[in-house]
Amino acid sequence: MSFADFEKNFQDKVDAEIKIEPRDWMPEAYRKTLVRQISQHAHSEIVGMLPEGNWITRAPSLRRKAILLAKVQDEAGHGLYLYSAAETLGVSREQMINDLHSGKAKYSSIFNYPTLTWADMGAIGWLVDGAAILNQVMLCRTSYGPYARAMVRICKEESFHQRQGFEILLTLSRGTDAQKAMCQDAINRWWWPSLMMFGPRDTESTNSDQSMKWKIKRKSNDELRQEFVDMCVQQVKVLGMTLPDPALRWNEARGHYDFGEIDWAEFWNVVKGNGPCNKQRLDARRKAWEEGEWVRKAAEAHANKRRTKAA
Amino acid sequence: MKESKHDWPLWEIFIRSRQGLDHKHVGSLHAADAQMAIENARDVYTRRMEGVSIWAVESKNIHASKASEADSLYDPANDKIYRHPTFYDLPDEVNHM
Repeated sequence: MSFADFEKNFQDKVDAEIKIEPRDWMPEAYRKTLVRQISQHAHSEIVGMLPEGNWITRAPSLRRKAILLAKVQDEAGHGLYLYSAAETLGVSREQMINDLHSGKAKYSSIFNYPTLTWADMGAIGWLVDGAAILNQVMLCRTSYGPYARAMVRICKEESFHQRQGFEILLTLSRGTDAQKAMCQDAINRWWWPSLMMFGPRDTESTNSDQSMKWKIKRKSNDELRQEFVDMCVQQVKVLGMTLPDPALRWNEARGHYDFGEIDWAEFWNVVKGNGPCNKQRLDARRKAWEEGEWVRKAAEAHANKRRTKAA
Repeated sequence: MKESKHDWPLWEIFIRSRQGLDHKHVGSLHAADAQMAIENARDVYTRRMEGVSIWAVESKNIHASKASEADSLYDPANDKIYRHPTFYDLPDEVNHM
């Protein structure tokens, strides 16, 4: 078979909804796109533990603390599912971790925003996890088998994350005036960064067309963002709060809510590393990695010793 | 898959979700040895009571058939439709069969 035949064969499989598995032939660009996307996704789960980890010791009750711990532990798990999926494409864990620490690999910019109050735990669960879920539900049907399977597992676990966040906000929204204000303030701060999570507009998104053709993605950034807005407009009413966008209104003709323009300058600025917490997040990851060095070495030495004894 | 010099070995994890069912592949993880692989698998793959038993197999010990040879490998089974019960056309009166 010629290269063109291989490529056609591959695209025919994708078009016929046959999953691509690690040992199947795939175009090099498909493999590279997946490595970039899955590792970026994995890094987001791992870095995403930091803004919430910030509040574990200060959760307002034992119930909230236990829930937050479980959620952060899930995120570690989700990172591991995703790293494993990426490794099936021939990239080592070490390489991915190095790329994160050197700043070569990206993670979701949303985690470069600070968590200033307890209400932020609610807003992250409701908005940030809500936005992530829309993307992840779509990815359950992605064309690469190991990625799709990891996403199914993640989606099953993720829905509690969103619900617990909404519950935090609901509790605050029924509280004192100060608690209500705290709730509204968190929504105000997290709304726009959450909309940015879906990425650049379709007209600006460089990888989108090819990813759609390969069925890595099945919905465009703007489609997912619109779904998210339509959902949140309804949900925020239950909280008796508002979304910080004066342009938000129902558009009868489109059957969707219109919304205001995202501050794209801010978006690109945070992507480029100038967000409020970019440095702090990467420093924390590097520190954790370096301080874990002796544990990794000790475990390896222990395993070697046992192997030698057994032999 | 190329192995990294510094990563712990990779293990494939199989979980029996309920007594009486098969162990099923759920994914992989890194661990220094088998005991750690099982402990990590407990944390990574059974946080919600998904399992009653865990198998950990070092990935390098798994041998797989080649996707490119699927045609010839499964060819002998291809034309033996008489192995399926629906191949046999029996009168409606025949029950319990």
